[in-house]
Formats: sequence, structure tokens, C-alpha cells
Amino acid sequence: MLTKRIIPCLDIKDGRTVKGVNFEQIRDAGDPIELAALYASQGADELVFLDITATVEQRKTLSALVHKIAHHINIPFTVGGGIKTEADVRVLLQNGADKIAINTAAFLDPITINRFAKQFGSQCIVLAIDAKCEADNLWYVYLNGGRTKTDKLVVDWAKEAVDLGVGEILLTSMNHDGTKQGFALDITAQLSENLPVPIIASGGGGTEVHFLEVFTKGKADAALAASVFHYKEIAIPDLKEYLHQSGVAVRI
Amino acid sequence: MNLTIVQYNAGNIQSVLYALERLGVAATVTDDPALIQASDKVIFPGVGEASTAMAYLKERNLDQIIVALKQPVLGICLGMQLMCKHSAENDTNCLGIFDEQVLAFKATEKTNKVPQMGWNNIKHLRTDLFIGVPENSFAYFVHGYYAGLGTGTIATTNYIQEYSSGLQKNNFYGVQFHPEKSAAVGEQIIQNFLSLKS
Repeated sequence: MLTKRIIPCLDIKDGRTVKGVNFEQIRDAGDPIELAALYASQGADELVFLDITATVEQRKTLSALVHKIAHHINIPFTVGGGIKTEADVRVLLQNGADKIAINTAAFLDPITINRFAKQFGSQCIVLAIDAKCEADNLWYVYLNGGRTKTDKLVVDWAKEAVDLGVGEILLTSMNHDGTKQGFALDITAQLSENLPVPIIASGGGGTEVHFLEVFTKGKADAALAASVFHYKEIAIPDLKEYLHQSGVAVRI
Repeated sequence: MNLTIVQYNAGNIQSVLYALERLGVAATVTDDPALIQASDKVIFPGVGEASTAMAYLKERNLDQIIVALKQPVLGICLGMQLMCKHSAENDTNCLGIFDEQVLAFKATEKTNKVPQMGWNNIKHLRTDLFIGVPENSFAYFVHGYYAGLGTGTIATTNYIQEYSSGLQKNNFYGVQFHPEKSAAVGEQIIQNFLSLKS
């Protein structure tokens, strides 16, 4: 049967893997190619690379890095960060990315999604949503790496984007990101149960139990995490064995 | 060995080329009929939409070229679907190499996502394409349409229902999953294809 996916995320800054807490306090976490190859050999199901610098100059570095990754790993990977135009997408796909993740640019000009989906296929367009639960207990969309609040509700934006053609949603809870206190189960389940596309849950994975919960209670199709893998707090083979023993279908 | 990858307007061709490079095999990506016909083996990849892809192939006469090939041919994903008789995706007549029909997945419960995206088992494995590949191995799939079961079925997978994840007829092979993205299992299948006798 179709299995739940475990996806290590590599945040890239100046060609290095980094990780922050609650979107800030950036720390160095190693060479991305080395980490990517390690995760692939350990049984990661996919990889996500998010370029958190994403200036024009850095984009060339990024496509070179993507090219190198594509030559070293034998599992699918997604690349995101600052993607705005068809040309941005094309260069990443041509360099070997399987999917691209869009965020701020898609929000500011939603029809972009439709253009990308028509040209490259929905299957390679991932919508990344940075979500924050506010005092009113509602989840809002944030932009620009979590720096800019919008008035748009996550559920509304996700639905709109799926109608426009995104093939998958990467939902990051800013409240949970970097805390290792567990994923945002409610909003993840809400999206997963109401949308026809796979939902990747991100933010807060700190223990094996958190991953189990995001698949069982959160109904996620995939779970993404960074620091717990980078700092070897959870080993992917152990995590998958635990999930398997707990009755979750995973690729072992 | 002289290996060609059919170039047309459907994504992921680079990924196949890179996968071959990781295995130390060079290939030529081309839509030149002469080069395709002269090669020892042909890979026909593809991610995209059936009617657009068929229109492109017909425009360049590649539809005629592909069906007449005598060397081993491996269709991947959309490539495999295009080798079938007909696809429900925009009611498209395809190459007709395989008798099987391509139908759309219909979600039967809320948790069924379409397209299927991710790792699923392949079983009932037949032919030399799957030598050394254990039953129930995992392969990576991304697709919203599937080929039904039939005489050409050489692998099956369950998603919403059981369908053909591998097809074969004479020198033509097709897989619905992406061997180029299916880790060691995928590499074994590509190696097996490269080892098939011409």
C-alpha cells in the first residue's frame, strides 16, 4: 500500500545546511550533499531543499547545487525558496529537481500557480504555507519566511491553491517550528481531510511519538523535519521501524 | 551499448539521464528517428498529459517510429501509458502496443489522494525486468491515471484498486513507477533493462 513519507528538510544558506528556531537564530548544520546522500541511504523517502537566502546571485549557486544533488541521490527531491517565474522553475527542473515549492510569489500572484501547473504539471508544484495560529485561535498565512502576516486563513488559501493546480501542500506551523513539541495536528488534519492533494506536515517533530501522531491524528501523508535529523536526535531507520511497529505503513 | 532516451514535451527526461549517469551509463537524449532506430535500447520516459504528448509524437512521426522498434524499449510513467491502447486522460488514442486501457483513479474515501504520490509496493513480478527484485519491493509513483490488469501485466500495485504497475509485450516494457527515483530497487530494474538481450 501507499506508505507515509519521511522527509528530511535541508535549509540552505550560502551553500550550507542551516537550521533556525522559530524561523530565527540560524545555526550551521553541515554540507547539504553529504547530508542528502546520508539521508537517502538511511531510507528517507524524499528530500526538500529550501534556499533561505534566495537572492539573485545565490540562485545560480542554488541551481549548481541542485545539479550536484541530482547526480548524487536516487530518491525524489523538492527545491524551494524565492521561486517567482517560469524560468526559475525550468532551470531547477532541468538541473534535476523533481518538484519545486512556491510560497510568497504564489500568494502575491495566485495565477502563477495555474501557469506553472499548466506548463510543468501539478505533480511538480508544491505549495509551501507558513502558518501561524493567532490569539483568535485561527490559522493565518505568513509570507517572506514568516516575517509578514496576512489576513488570509490557511484553509482558504490552501483550497484556492489546490483549485489553481498545486499538487501537494507543505504546511509549516510557525508556532511549532523548532520547538520539538510535536506537529500542529488539528490544522494538518483539517487540510488533509478536506483537500484532494497530499499534505506534508512540518514544524515541531521532536520525538518518534510526534511522527506517529501526525500520521494517525494529523492524517498527514508525509512528515518533514530538519534539526532532529541533522543533529542525529532521531535516526531515520529507527523512526521507520517504530512507525512500522505502531501500524503505520512505511517503506522499510 | 548505444542507448537513446526519446525526447518529447514531457518532463523528467533529465532525471532519467542523471540516473543512468549514476550507474555509469551514457545515453543520448534525442527525437531524431534515425538515432532512435539505430540504438541498442530505447527509454521512453515522461511526466505530463497524454493528449499533448501524443500530439507532439504524431507531429514528428515518432508514434510510427516507436511502435516499429525491434530493440528493447522501456516506457516510464506517462511513457508506459502512451504505449497502451487508449487513455481516459482527455480521451486520447495512444500507441496501442499494450492492449490495456488507461483509466482515471477515482477516490473512494476521503484519505485517497489523486494523484497517487509516494512509495508503494510492486508485486506479482514477472519477466527478466524484475530479476533480483523481491516481491513487495517499494517503488516511487506519481500518477493520476492507471493501466488496468491484463495479459501484459508483469507487475501489480494496489492503490484504490489493483492495477498494472508493469506491462510487457514482445520487446516492449513499461513501468508506471519511476525507477530513476526508486532508490536501489529502481537501479536494479534499470540495470536489468540494460542487460536484456537485444
